[in-house]
Amino acid sequence: MIRFNHVSKTYPNGVVGLKDVSFQIPKGQFVFLTGHSGAGKSSILSLVLAEQKPTEGDVRVSGYQIAKLTAHEIPRLRRRLGIVFQDFRLLEYHTVEENVAFALEVTGARRETIPNRVMRALTQVGLASKARAYPKELSGGEQQRVAIARALVNDPHILIADEPTGNLDERATRGVFQLLQEINAGGTVVVMATHNMELVRDTGYRTIELRGGRIVFDSGVDEEGAAR
Amino acid sequence: MKHRTPIREAVMTFKRTPLLSGLSIASIGFSLFTIGLFALVAINFRKALATLAERVEVVAFVLRGTPTETISQAAQDISAFPEVLETKFVNADEALSRARRELVEFKEAYRDLEVNPLPASFEVRLRPEFRDAEHAQAVAERLRGFPFVEDVRYGRDWVERLDRLRNMAAAVGAVIGLAFAAVAIVIIGVTIRITVLQRAKEISIMRLVGATNGYIRGPFLIEGAIKGVAGGLLAILMCWITFTLFKRTASDTGATLVFFGALQMLLIVVFGTTIGLGGSVLSVGRHLRNV
Repeated sequence: MIRFNHVSKTYPNGVVGLKDVSFQIPKGQFVFLTGHSGAGKSSILSLVLAEQKPTEGDVRVSGYQIAKLTAHEIPRLRRRLGIVFQDFRLLEYHTVEENVAFALEVTGARRETIPNRVMRALTQVGLASKARAYPKELSGGEQQRVAIARALVNDPHILIADEPTGNLDERATRGVFQLLQEINAGGTVVVMATHNMELVRDTGYRTIELRGGRIVFDSGVDEEGAAR
Repeated sequence: MKHRTPIREAVMTFKRTPLLSGLSIASIGFSLFTIGLFALVAINFRKALATLAERVEVVAFVLRGTPTETISQAAQDISAFPEVLETKFVNADEALSRARRELVEFKEAYRDLEVNPLPASFEVRLRPEFRDAEHAQAVAERLRGFPFVEDVRYGRDWVERLDRLRNMAAAVGAVIGLAFAAVAIVIIGVTIRITVLQRAKEISIMRLVGATNGYIRGPFLIEGAIKGVAGGLLAILMCWITFTLFKRTASDTGATLVFFGALQMLLIVVFGTTIGLGGSVLSVGRHLRNV
């Protein structure tokens, strides 16, 4: 689903984001991206989202070659991805259901199918009863669930979660993480960037650790570099 | 659940941010108001110049004793000139009685005359588009070609001065008009950019969930167009209030002032809409490249 092959990324201001990074994430896997700020996690996510293009090497996501994507193809790729951010990024003037519906409307989904699909996604994250509420009326954990429902509503192949529990207390963190695990159990690839090492240790999912733009540890490959 | 449509989103923006929307409309309105006021001055100045230009006239004095048939034939020939609107033959008697009537200070001198010293003449009025020095001179030259014409006058200095005034007004008008329009476009562009920046977060979310640039632009374009129309109407209203107040003051001078016609008002609204739309296209486009 995701393949990085000798990828380097240097930004226009000279900052090096990634240096010769290679890994593959097959269908159905749950992967943690860990590392300190500036280690390269965000660079990997922004390449997956096609916000950036690699300086060197090849990035392929869900069959798309990122370096060769045209402006027209970028929205198509992003519709196959679900994205969740630390700061939720909800539209504050829209209700919960409108926030979720928004992800369908931008893709040109048929109007009559939208309410059902929205309700299904909200039920999945346990927020069907708060469909008419506005984001500011919800707790942080609930807002993140809305963001996850928005990411899910398009039935994505891959869910990208950038520090999704960074702004949440422990209880909400567990709830959101459990939700991500359930989504993964349904076959969706989940790539989660996190600082929360406790969460990483407890679960035993594949972990890719980055430092200074390089992969320093990948629990998904053995010492010779072969996939486990 | 209310569905998101570009029109609904554009209208909602006015509800969510009434102050910023009001400021945008006011800035478009005031910018167009300055252009409108300038246009009003220009229109009225042109009208005044056109009234002055109506006095442009070529007078050909006819030799004494010229036969009537020759004069009738010449009158027809002169009327056939492309520049000529109207030709009037004034015989010597009419010239004298007119002089007595109009030149009151020489009334006594004209009364005691035994012989009429004034010649007959052709008074030739030109069509509006030919009331300038070049065409007046061309007509004068042709009139001089008639053997019975003794002299031709057309107030050369005056016509040339009128020409200079007209050219100067056109040049000053074009420069100031363009400057005002440029300032208006910059102000409107900045205003719209502020609204785009205010919604930067929303735009970035749209992009990340897979919205096409066209989908993102839609509400902004409609919003820009609505603001442009509203700003244009506001500008016309402000111009009208200013015009009415000024007209009341100027009525003592006897000047007849004119306001915009329907077409000109439509042009102001169309111009407002165009810069509202243009400002949106540029601001959103620039922003989309940076998100």
